Amino acid sequence: MLVVQVEKRLGEFFSLKVSLTSESRATALFGASGAGKTSVINMIAGLLKPDHGRIELDGEVLFDDLRYVDVPTSQRRIGYVFQEGRLFPHFSVRRNLDYGRWMSGHAPDSAAFNHVVELLDIGHLLDRRPGKLSGGERQRVAVGRALLMRPRLLLLDEPLASLDAGRKRDILPYLERLRDNAQVPMIYVSHNAAEVKRIASRVVCLEAGRVRIAGGPELLDAAQADMLA
Amino acid sequence: MFELSPQDWTAVALSLRVAAVSTLFALPFGIAIAALLARGSFWGKSLLDAVVHMPLVLPPVATGYLLLISLGRKAPLGAFLADYCGIVFSFRWTGAALACGIMAFPLMVRAIRLSIEAIDRRLEDAAATLGANSGWTFVTVTLPLALPGIIAGMMLAFARALGEFGATITFVSNIPGETQTISAAIYTLIQVPGGDSDALKLVIISIVICFAALLASEWLARRATARLHGV
Repeated sequence: MLVVQVEKRLGEFFSLKVSLTSESRATALFGASGAGKTSVINMIAGLLKPDHGRIELDGEVLFDDLRYVDVPTSQRRIGYVFQEGRLFPHFSVRRNLDYGRWMSGHAPDSAAFNHVVELLDIGHLLDRRPGKLSGGERQRVAVGRALLMRPRLLLLDEPLASLDAGRKRDILPYLERLRDNAQVPMIYVSHNAAEVKRIASRVVCLEAGRVRIAGGPELLDAAQADMLA
Repeated sequence: MFELSPQDWTAVALSLRVAAVSTLFALPFGIAIAALLARGSFWGKSLLDAVVHMPLVLPPVATGYLLLISLGRKAPLGAFLADYCGIVFSFRWTGAALACGIMAFPLMVRAIRLSIEAIDRRLEDAAATLGANSGWTFVTVTLPLALPGIIAGMMLAFARALGEFGATITFVSNIPGETQTISAAIYTLIQVPGGDSDALKLVIISIVICFAALLASEWLARRATARLHGV
């Protein structure tokens, strides 16, 4: 279970004050761009330091300013799929996928590797360089790379935002498979209601740095109606 | 037709050795300082930057003289190194290499620093989320991506070391076979009557060496860039 209670000033006119808990398999952080969604998951990952607050994952305190706890990103074991993939351009797809295992010092686990490769259907890409992949392929590899580090939690920051509509349709099924087959809870950041409804079982709506409402995916119909009004 | 005296060949060989050794020894320090200047934030950063750039703006003779009074055999530091570590710089080819390394250092640091600054830091964040601490991130992501800049920095340092004259001749003098590099040999030859044609031959050799080094580094850097991006 993830508990987040954070505050952070981001610039002169924008402050973030968010408290949320997540124990469902797929929680979506939903909101317009600029609502602070990415900042929240960057804090969970340890890439952005909150001014105040506390972050806890499965009983382990990752950040607590009152107790001076701030576990470094590299020790949090939280997978992160970035909007732009951020694959290492100088490594092949195989080395990219293997990077987390390599850094953790675990022995190679070909069963786990093959499982993820199969789940995401990226077997034919293994010897290519990221520069030669299409946008959709790149995002699938990025998901695989994050999964293979055996994360306790997987953060996905608008993984489909940089893709065109056709590609999005191609990748959504993989994300659904991921949710159903990989035993890792996910936080899915998106501003797209249709995507969120397909993926998430719980939705947290952010607006201008605050949690506006949280609940089941049916919230979105109301929120959408609201945003259109 | 193109005959050189053995002494001139010695000067050519010595120059190559001095330039290669100074470049290789400067490299780890150059990478460390460049990384510090590109990524670090600490008190005294602009001071360090200024000190590193000093040999670029200081007259080479001044640098050579500073080396002489600090590392000469009678100087405290020089005497200490000679007595306890067995390292002697003054009037040895190692001293020429040290002078060349110091003169070339700012150019090397600059090239490497620029290439590190050009690397997308978000890739380093990605490495951190995958469990790489800052040391491993540097070795597996930053350093390989900075490789073209490192090659360029080495090349600049090598070329600068080949051309070094003022600091070297001030610090270790102009001893044939020990500290007489191409530049010093050319200088000596044009001081003596009838030395012009030999001097010209050495000039031609310098041009050939520098051209070869430039072309080689260009080729290496292009290959490194291609390898990095998988084309």
